[in-house]
Amino acid sequence: MTKAEMQAEKIKEISGTDPYKCMKCGKCSASCPSFDEMDIKPHQFVSYVLNEDIEALANSKSLWKCLSCFACVERCPRDVKPGKIIDGARQLVVREKGGDYLKADEIPELLDEELPQQLLVSAFRRYRR
Amino acid sequence: MSIGANEEFRPKIVAFCCNWCSYAGADLAGSSRLAYPADVKIIRVPCSCRVNPMFILRAFERGADGVILCGCHPGDCHYSTGNFYARRRMTMLFSMLDYIGVENGRTRVEWVSAAEGAKFSATMNDFVAKVTSLGKNVRLGDLRCKN
Amino acid sequence: MQQRIGVFVCHCGSNIAATVDVKKVVEMLALEPGVVHAEDYQYMCSEVGQAKIAEAIKEKQLTGVVVCSCSPRMHETTFRKCAERAGLNPYMVEIANIREQVSWIHKDMEEATQKAVILGRAAIAKVSLNTPLKAGESRVTKRALVIGGGIAGIQTALDIADAGYEVDIVEKTPSIGGRMSQLDKTFPTLDCSACILTPKMVEASANEKITLYTYSEVEKVSGFVGDFTVDIRKKARSVDMSKCTGCGVCQEKCPNKKAPSEFNRGLNTRSAIYTPFAQAIPNVPVIDREHCTKFLTGKCGVCSKVCQAGAIDYEQQDEIITEKYGAIVVATGFDIIKLDNYGEYAYDQSPDVITSLELERIMNAAGPTKGHLERMSDHKAPKNMVFIQCVGSRCSDGRGKSYCSKICCMYTAKHAMLIRDKYPDVNVTVFYIDVRTPGKNFDEFYRRAVEDYHVNYIKGQVGKVTPEADGSLTVHGVDLIDNKQIKMKADMVVLAAAIEPNPDIRKIATMLTASIDTNNFLTEAHAKLRPVESPTAGIFLSGVTQGPKDIPETVSQAGAAAVKAIGLLAKDKLLTNPCTAQADIMACNGCSTCANVCPYGAISYEDKEVRGPGIREVRRVAVVNSALCQGCGACTVACPSGAMDLQGFSNRQIIAEVDAICR
Repeated sequence: MTKAEMQAEKIKEISGTDPYKCMKCGKCSASCPSFDEMDIKPHQFVSYVLNEDIEALANSKSLWKCLSCFACVERCPRDVKPGKIIDGARQLVVREKGGDYLKADEIPELLDEELPQQLLVSAFRRYRR
Repeated sequence: MSIGANEEFRPKIVAFCCNWCSYAGADLAGSSRLAYPADVKIIRVPCSCRVNPMFILRAFERGADGVILCGCHPGDCHYSTGNFYARRRMTMLFSMLDYIGVENGRTRVEWVSAAEGAKFSATMNDFVAKVTSLGKNVRLGDLRCKN
Repeated sequence: MQQRIGVFVCHCGSNIAATVDVKKVVEMLALEPGVVHAEDYQYMCSEVGQAKIAEAIKEKQLTGVVVCSCSPRMHETTFRKCAERAGLNPYMVEIANIREQVSWIHKDMEEATQKAVILGRAAIAKVSLNTPLKAGESRVTKRALVIGGGIAGIQTALDIADAGYEVDIVEKTPSIGGRMSQLDKTFPTLDCSACILTPKMVEASANEKITLYTYSEVEKVSGFVGDFTVDIRKKARSVDMSKCTGCGVCQEKCPNKKAPSEFNRGLNTRSAIYTPFAQAIPNVPVIDREHCTKFLTGKCGVCSKVCQAGAIDYEQQDEIITEKYGAIVVATGFDIIKLDNYGEYAYDQSPDVITSLELERIMNAAGPTKGHLERMSDHKAPKNMVFIQCVGSRCSDGRGKSYCSKICCMYTAKHAMLIRDKYPDVNVTVFYIDVRTPGKNFDEFYRRAVEDYHVNYIKGQVGKVTPEADGSLTVHGVDLIDNKQIKMKADMVVLAAAIEPNPDIRKIATMLTASIDTNNFLTEAHAKLRPVESPTAGIFLSGVTQGPKDIPETVSQAGAAAVKAIGLLAKDKLLTNPCTAQADIMACNGCSTCANVCPYGAISYEDKEVRGPGIREVRRVAVVNSALCQGCGACTVACPSGAMDLQGFSNRQIIAEVDAICR
């Protein structure tokens, strides 16, 4: 297994989703509040995992622009849940960095007034130890 | 077909399937190529209510490790009420079997309709895994039938 | 007597031979006791294959035949007929299913071959104990029942009546016509739905071979193919059908006009005494007792006063009609799903978010807006309309239906085209996942919507619809081709909601013991080769009850179901299943347990003289009426003395199979 294959498997495992179920309806992208901020759009997450193009996905802006609001997870008619896929990719990056992406004390200086509160809340929910 | 000590344990499983729902479900599993272990051998009966508890005892006596009975979903029986009888009979039989040491995991009643090929295959996979984990059945075996 | 058994192993081309070592199976099974002949062939079901079986039966004087091939549900009849032609009793044939149960699901050749041998052994063990059976005969009642009076039921009834048989239609609502009567136009020809349906409704009511039971439901079904007995509940109309002239004055004068109109999908109201629509057949109103002031408070009686024919009868009771039928056709049709699970589309929040069926009523001249396209909230003409496809169809998240509803792509193209044609200043946008248009002139129709009528088709789904304070709607969608999120204003949003089988079908299927799939569609006897028959003999499927269909498909399937029913009614006698129960009078003690469990009332008791070694006495013993017995075997297990046994599936035979498998 190549590294990309292993990473793709890891993302599927972490997210617990099956990208093969996607029927490419785009409801995830239609629902996404961060759509315009993303370089790789929610409906594309699936094909990046299927094509094992994990490098690009891991380095994309989308990884950190997703608010984990889970609108796409709620509405996905095929139970593919792109929000969980991107969450899996994020976990992968975080785990490879060998720890938290950020330390809690680093947050205040990075804090952006514009940043949606929900992001912080969901980040703490997801990444707390 | 003897099982040597070093061979992987393969259970003997008898599946009674009613002609109208479950046997058709098994056919659908087949034509959809949904695999399940070869340890399962199916006996076709007209209705789940045709299965006499005697048949199940006989199977264990002759060395079966698990017996599963499949019928139409409650309310969908081709003969209206057959599966209700089967359900009651088997509840009673299985609890007695459990009492004498044939664990509940070795016996099962499952409702599989003619359209549920996937369910049939999944059920059989699950049942075989369960029986395999329980190992060889040592109760009820008729010593005269040892080969 | 030792049986002389022949074993025939089929390759089924490579279907079996690719994973089962057929030669090995022949070799192994030839060693079984009683087997005097064993061979294999490419295709046992072919003429040559059958000739081989017939030849072996004659030459080796076979008394039993085992065919290792596909499922008995596929070719058991073929091989039984073959044996019969060769002079062997057809019930001396057993099938070992080594295709569906072996070759198609196993990959390992050795394992598969071994299993095939074991299944072969079980069949040999069983056939050694088979006894020749003879099929009995049962009569056929030359009358058919059609459940459901939509286009499917009407067409089936007309075709059956045309062949000269009596046929009854049972329809739940006060009028026949069904879903099609609610439609405005039909694709792809844009025929007016009522114009093509009404003549058929009239024809059905005028045909002397057809009896209509409207406002009626099937209450109970007993019996079997050729001889069903059905109880039909004629719900109290509160109007005497023989007196009513259909003048309509009662509906006009009825003071209570607050009941939601079912026909107009609740978009407007109707009177408590009503016919669903103007062309209703029969043109006799019904009093909706849940909304009628007379029934609610006891004070009113206006309809009775204004009725010159004296047809109003508040005392009328439900009536049960019992009738015998030879064949039953199910044509219960569909409804669209409830949208409770789809809060994101704001269907419950805004009256301007509607379903396609509601739009159908809005566009109809007899509908709530007299055919004028307007918003239900403020009755203003819309400027921008958005259609959302696949609402609840093609879902695997548990919220909707897993299947494609099939008709939505086409009716949406129709709606879009009709709106652009009649109101050219209205912008129409369609959000789609795929546009599916297989069918004669269907894709051309859809392309016309795009090319000639400039309907804006966007590949992508809608995430949510938000009602705004100014009464407009904001649609949050996506254009997957442009890779852009779309936020657009709309005045009306139309949802192509998934269709689902009529919710009553579960109850009806249970009564008919017809099998039903996980989506509540009735199962056909064979998905490809017997699409209009239920696996339950004598039950036929017409229309959407079997799966999503448009009108042309429904009509052709309705005709096919009629032909199958006619084929049954044309017979004078049917051969019955000889695998029936039989009581051993030596063992029977007349306890009545078997009669209590028999679902067919096939067991009675007689005083019979029993003779045996040292016994000569008259005992009360069970007697099975083989014409009524359907062979379920419930009695065989219930019998405490083991006197009951089932022919063809006897205790000894099944035990022999168990033994062979566990050997």
